[in-house]
Amino acid sequence: MDLISILLGGCAAGMVLFIVSVGLSVTMGLMGFVNLAHGGFAMLGGYAIALAMRHWGLPFFAALALGFVAVAALSVALERLFYARLYRASELDQVLFTIGLVFVMIAAVTLTVGPETQTLVLPEWLRGQVDLGFIRYRTYSVAVIVAGTALVVALWLGFERTRYGAMIRAAVDNRRMAESLGVDVGRLFTVTFALGSGLAAVGGGLGAEILGLDPQYPLRYLAYFLIVVAVGGLGRVTGVFFAALLIGVLDFVLKIEFPKGGTMFIYALTLALLLWRPQGLFGRRGS
Amino acid sequence: MTAALLETRGLCKSFGALEVARDVGFRLESGARHALIGPNGAGKTTLVNLLTGLLAPSRGSVLLKGEDVTSLTQAKRVKRGIARTFQINQLFRGLTVLENVCIAVAERLGAGGSMLRPAGRRMDVIGEAAGLIETLRLQEEAGRRIDELPYGRQRLVEIAIALGLKPQVLLLDEPAAGIPSAESHILLDAIGALPKDIGVLIIEHDMDLVFRFAERITVMVSGAIYAEGSPAEIAANRDVRAVYLGSAADG
Amino acid sequence: MTAQRHAQPMSAGRNALGLAAATALAERHRIRWWEALPWIAGIAVFFLFPNYLAFGTQVLIMILFALSLDLVLGYAGIITLGHAAFFGAGAYTVGMLAQHWGWNEPLSGLVAAAAVAGAIGLASGYVLLRTHGLTLLMLTLCTMALLEEAANMGAAYTGGFDGMPGLNFKPLLGRYAFDLLYFRSQYLYVLAVLFGCFLVVRALVHSPFGQSLTGIRENVLRMHAVGAPVRARLVIAYAISAALAGVAGALFTQSNAYVNLSVLGLDRAAGVLIVLILGGYGRLYGAFVGAIAYMVLEHTLAKAYPTGWQLGVGLTLMAVALYAGNGILGLAAALRRRIRAGRGR
Repeated sequence: MDLISILLGGCAAGMVLFIVSVGLSVTMGLMGFVNLAHGGFAMLGGYAIALAMRHWGLPFFAALALGFVAVAALSVALERLFYARLYRASELDQVLFTIGLVFVMIAAVTLTVGPETQTLVLPEWLRGQVDLGFIRYRTYSVAVIVAGTALVVALWLGFERTRYGAMIRAAVDNRRMAESLGVDVGRLFTVTFALGSGLAAVGGGLGAEILGLDPQYPLRYLAYFLIVVAVGGLGRVTGVFFAALLIGVLDFVLKIEFPKGGTMFIYALTLALLLWRPQGLFGRRGS
Repeated sequence: MTAALLETRGLCKSFGALEVARDVGFRLESGARHALIGPNGAGKTTLVNLLTGLLAPSRGSVLLKGEDVTSLTQAKRVKRGIARTFQINQLFRGLTVLENVCIAVAERLGAGGSMLRPAGRRMDVIGEAAGLIETLRLQEEAGRRIDELPYGRQRLVEIAIALGLKPQVLLLDEPAAGIPSAESHILLDAIGALPKDIGVLIIEHDMDLVFRFAERITVMVSGAIYAEGSPAEIAANRDVRAVYLGSAADG
Repeated sequence: MTAQRHAQPMSAGRNALGLAAATALAERHRIRWWEALPWIAGIAVFFLFPNYLAFGTQVLIMILFALSLDLVLGYAGIITLGHAAFFGAGAYTVGMLAQHWGWNEPLSGLVAAAAVAGAIGLASGYVLLRTHGLTLLMLTLCTMALLEEAANMGAAYTGGFDGMPGLNFKPLLGRYAFDLLYFRSQYLYVLAVLFGCFLVVRALVHSPFGQSLTGIRENVLRMHAVGAPVRARLVIAYAISAALAGVAGALFTQSNAYVNLSVLGLDRAAGVLIVLILGGYGRLYGAFVGAIAYMVLEHTLAKAYPTGWQLGVGLTLMAVALYAGNGILGLAAALRRRIRAGRGR
């Protein structure tokens, strides 16, 4: 495989990591809540999307929308019922709750759908290859790369240009100050949490052919999501984007060139990176 | 001029564009009974945070007994003789009053890291802690957990911890806040019983307490020292009164 | 002021009593009668359930592992998802010594495992404990994952994915051979080692050092403000805990006569965390209660209904996190407080 193909493949994987992890980064930066169940939302969304397309024949974008809305709604319910009670709890309780939640999600999916891997029924226009000029590459992967790029631009604009984005940025930097300025932080979080989980759902579905989709998905990729978020810096959208690309490309390259020791390098790199800059590559020092 | 017990030189601290300490040159002498007053947001607690090492200054230095301690951590400064209480109680909430004070005393005696004998057998630590508890009239609650006590009693535990460190410099951040006035004499008695050569700095809003306790008063406004002098001088100072009345401080 | 003076003679007696009560509280290190029960029960199991000693040995090993985690998590307040790194380090040390260097004497193997695991704990603690929160959590995960990958890759030494089955260990003290059918010697051996390690942990927890760990967990700012060398204390606690986890790992290899990648990895690390939380952390005996409860339930339920088991564990964790932060022992303590309050002190 030549370099371009490898890079494109890695970028596609990185984009999926980004789409799933960006919600986690923002909610962690916003509320300081360690949500280890985030991968579970991605998985549930992926299942909803894949099954809707296969069993109900829903068109591609409608399925994506369904996944987004369904998981966002679920996350709102969970947040209001449970998460909100744990904001002031110890970090340990947060870790425990979310581990328990992800177990429940995995078991629920295994019991209702089964343990098999789910595949995505791609629409006609996403199949095959596309001619990019310098190379012919899998249309689906290219679409994922385009989607990821569009998302980061949209998010960046949203954060920098809208009032809502400004409120989030303020609350991430200093929650108490934002509250005293009149920001309804509770509602801000519910909405952000819903959006983040919805994005994860889309990422889970969109990336089903790249990261796979089966009940073990949340635990298998937990470390990756956390690494991307930690390395990118909490609440930094652009940081998560570059971190996801970095991890995605590295992992892809390593799996091909050094199938035995690849992941070890990623862990070692993360270790070195976080020791050098505990706040992540793009994070702000001091929390 | 003899070296002050604790002093700062050109101490500055800013958070981005916000300057919370501006070129502060502060002296605390041996045996001082010094009060630090000023409107809310004047930077009094910030100054204490800079003195104890909780905050690192942007510029300037802190000297303890003539020695530059600016780069030392909080814990190292405590070992050199600075102790403080916090504006909001910083106690070990799940532990009893006795255990709280014992931890402080044990650290001072260098016994905090000892793994050999049970903490309950260290009579040196427990004895001293018991003495401090008696001084602050906390005997009745000695065996109760901090989170079971009313706020005013917790405040006294905060003081006990600082006293247990037998410091040469004692920095008290609004010690009387939260203590019912019927019990405030306990606080005054405890401070009055302190060795004469240690320097005590109190941040307070209760002017009654300030004028009863202080031999010297420093007024801070907007991160800088505004006025300094004996209680009589400060009381007579018109600008000080204007600053206080102007910003509607309590007391 | 005079009103206060007036009240003093009456309450002086009560005040003196208050302080005496407090001093009594400080005597927590005294051995209570019921503390002998777990060990009596442990020996009783040997005679009453001779066919379950293999399972019993695993439970005892889990208790030791959870105890080591309690030191770090329950007392020092360090949240780690990577404690299996030290369990695995100890397990592989013993395995590799036996397989490659013919060093298969059990007791000295334990010492070696403790030394290796403790050294890794010291080094990683020194480096990692500069951070906290999510970063620290991540770093503990990464360290463990690194060790796991290293074990996977270093197949020449570690047997790679298949591990090292069929290890041989010399009889304990020259007389008591480990038999893989009934686990009789192993059970008593592990019970004895657990007892010894428990005494160490108990003494540590009741010492001023242990008290300072609790202080760090409760209010680290205050600990700095009383002059405690916080980071040094944490690193030492982490290293000791790592050594103990290494002993647990070594016991695993010795009693089962094999070691493979399962001694490292998220499954084992999450498992011991769940055990400790279930029983109640920071309470010394939480490890006992949690390990017994979890492993007995797992043994009976997980084989029959694996997915249902996962669902149950998940729901339990959620419930514990929301309502019963300190596990079974925490609930028991709360109940006791309720009863006492109801009776009226």
